[in-house]
Amino acid sequence: MEAILNWAQSHIDIIYIVVLSIFLGIEVIGRVPSVLHTPLMSGANAIHGVVIIGAIIVMGKVEPGHYVTLIIGFLAVVLGTLNVVGGFVVTDRMLEMFKKKK
Amino acid sequence: MELSILTICYLIGSLTFIIGLKMLSHPESARKGNMVAAVGMFIAIFGTIFLYQENGVGLHNYGWIFGALVLGTVVGTLAAKRVKMTAMPELVSLFNGMGGACAALISVIEFGHIAALYSGEHPDQAAPTEGTLLTIFLGLIIGAVSFAGSIIAWGKLNGKIKDFSFKGQQVFNLVLFFATLAVAGYLVLAIDSTNYLLFYGILVAALIYGVLFVLPIGGADMPVVISLLNSFTGVAAACGGFLYDNSVMLTGGILVGAAGTLLTVLMCKAMNRSLTNVLIGSFGGSAAAGGSAAAGSQGTYKEISISDAAVCMSYANKVIIVPGYGLAVAQAQHVCHELEKLLEDKGVDVKYAIHPVAGRMPGHMNVLLAEADVSYDKLIEMEEANDEFKSTDVVLILGANDVVNPAAKTDPASPIYGMPILEVEQAKTVIVNKRSMKPGYAGIENELFFQPKTSMLFGDAKAALQKLVAEIKSL
Repeated sequence: MEAILNWAQSHIDIIYIVVLSIFLGIEVIGRVPSVLHTPLMSGANAIHGVVIIGAIIVMGKVEPGHYVTLIIGFLAVVLGTLNVVGGFVVTDRMLEMFKKKK
Repeated sequence: MELSILTICYLIGSLTFIIGLKMLSHPESARKGNMVAAVGMFIAIFGTIFLYQENGVGLHNYGWIFGALVLGTVVGTLAAKRVKMTAMPELVSLFNGMGGACAALISVIEFGHIAALYSGEHPDQAAPTEGTLLTIFLGLIIGAVSFAGSIIAWGKLNGKIKDFSFKGQQVFNLVLFFATLAVAGYLVLAIDSTNYLLFYGILVAALIYGVLFVLPIGGADMPVVISLLNSFTGVAAACGGFLYDNSVMLTGGILVGAAGTLLTVLMCKAMNRSLTNVLIGSFGGSAAAGGSAAAGSQGTYKEISISDAAVCMSYANKVIIVPGYGLAVAQAQHVCHELEKLLEDKGVDVKYAIHPVAGRMPGHMNVLLAEADVSYDKLIEMEEANDEFKSTDVVLILGANDVVNPAAKTDPASPIYGMPILEVEQAKTVIVNKRSMKPGYAGIENELFFQPKTSMLFGDAKAALQKLVAEIKSL
């Protein structure tokens, strides 16, 4: 119990961010029309590609010579990039077709 | 100095994600919103590469990092640019799986990292805390489930993987799930960061769970599942944020986790079903679907010739076209637009009735028809369409099936019972274009096809429409 309280105490900033982000995430897309469900899902998909930053940090800290770790890290960065770049491009392609035409 | 600039980069990143999501939920601003989020992501990524420091030491291995970035960018862009419209949902699922895998791999490396620390290779380092281990395990489990589930969803959408379930699967899944959590919980509480065997055991169990979680769910529900897995990956990314005390990963991940969960619920609502119903519900039970298909009224249906259909539509006052997946597969949207113009020139009032889940993803038909220059005001949504069918002479159904199946209203035993449908049977005549009498994606028979006012126009949507256009021109 004390461990939990201590942990909460020392991470209170993060807890605030999490709680507020949850509400924000819900609020911000609350009124989306069903037409946009798929592009929104795809856009959100690209945004969680932010996990790539973790992969970059991991990769950048590996000491040269640890080839197994380097290869796993390399794979992680490639996968993260696919998620980010592919996600944004495919969302753009979906939305491109929504543009108004006369 | 560098670090405070990085903090600002992360702040910009977080803000663009929020603004991007907000803009993505409005039709006019959606495309810009996507761009805004992409720019924020770019800033956050390059800020990290060049400015990140830990204990005063910057990152190294730039060759590897940029190699991976270039490779991922090239492959990702090509895949996203080349994919056919019909295959977009499965590509999204695949990308989502990549993100999940990325999160899981980070946990794998970090676990190895702290295992080395703890085993005394670096005696000057403090032992890891429960919090660190907890986030590593959560990232691992959620990332792995999301990865395995997304790959299955991808396979299901492109038809490579069939529905599969075995007796007691629900129970097995639950046991597996809690066993995985229990083992992870034990390792966290014992602060045991050297037990590789259990660590990889958890990874494997999470992968198996991901597979079994998605396998029994029907292909028609995949968009909902992908959306759910999408929010899982968001949470996995947020775990990385905890691990590195990284605010942009944390906000980005949690935002997507929350928005994705809400979006999942909204998608279910559009189909008038609950999330539980989708996840463990009737589509999964192949027995139920098979049963109602067998019991379906195998009455007689009648075919209509191209020329009859052409005459029928040319002399109608009002025609409503109901597009479905068949139109998307055949890429028939352009010739469909041609037919619409031709009929309009003859003074026929033509509209398109769009079911919220027509096709393989919500909004699929809107995107497709917009591509073919069909104007916005021709598209009417389900409620409005259902009011208009009464005064409609001809309804032309192009490769749609489950969304016009009256069983959703009349047959409580049907797996799609309760889903709102387009009530096309209120129109005077219904012409159904399909490739064959095979049932639709949900695998159930459609009694609409056997009704007296319905006639079937067999063939590929594009070929049939081309013939129809030629026939109407020659009238």
